[in-house]
Amino acid sequence: MVRRAIVGAHYGWMDFLAQRITAVVMAVYTLLVLAIALYRGGIDYAVWQALFTYTAFRIATLLFALALLWHAWIGMRDIWMDYVKPTAVRLMLEVVTVLALVGYVGWVLLILWARAA
Amino acid sequence: MIKPRPVYLNLAQIRLPLPGFVSILHRISGAALFIVGIPLALYALQESLASPDAFAKLAAICSHPLARLVLFGLAWAYLHHFCAGIRFLLLDLDLGGELKQARQSSIIVLVVSLALTLMVGARLW
Repeated sequence: MVRRAIVGAHYGWMDFLAQRITAVVMAVYTLLVLAIALYRGGIDYAVWQALFTYTAFRIATLLFALALLWHAWIGMRDIWMDYVKPTAVRLMLEVVTVLALVGYVGWVLLILWARAA
Repeated sequence: MIKPRPVYLNLAQIRLPLPGFVSILHRISGAALFIVGIPLALYALQESLASPDAFAKLAAICSHPLARLVLFGLAWAYLHHFCAGIRFLLLDLDLGGELKQARQSSIIVLVVSLALTLMVGARLW
């Protein structure tokens, strides 16, 4: 039986790849929103509201949020690992980070589908 | 056998090379975006979609001098993180890894992100 420690093989490679793929997803979304804003000559309430009536745009926004969740988790965990040495404190900060990020995704879902419907 | 080696890690005295400077700013901007940027962006998204009144109120809040300063800072954080991130992606593709190009692209990242931030600032004020 293989006993896996908390740091096992290939975790780093997976994170490396995820960090880059999620970055590309967010960059594409950013350029998309920027292109829309430029095309419409700015964004007022009517344009903004209309944009979010499209399911495709809501899904794209959700994909951005999920990419951000994953990206920010890897980045913040790296920061905690580099600068916070006491295990108990670091674990606490990591837990807070995860809870915040998952909570934020819940908030996005609420905004996208419960409030703006 | 472990040889005793000199360790010199006085952060206050180490002079970072240019790529290192871009790298630490990437980290600092990322942390700022997580701690300040995400909750504010979510609040703004919520209010901006709630109603025309809420949208107008949000716009009014954003024009407050202090809010403008925060937005300006966050704009820099996003733009620097964006530009430096693209540089890192190119480095991963084995583009610009030579010392000279790495220094040049570091300068480009710093200048372009600052220039774009100033453009955002021009719109803010």
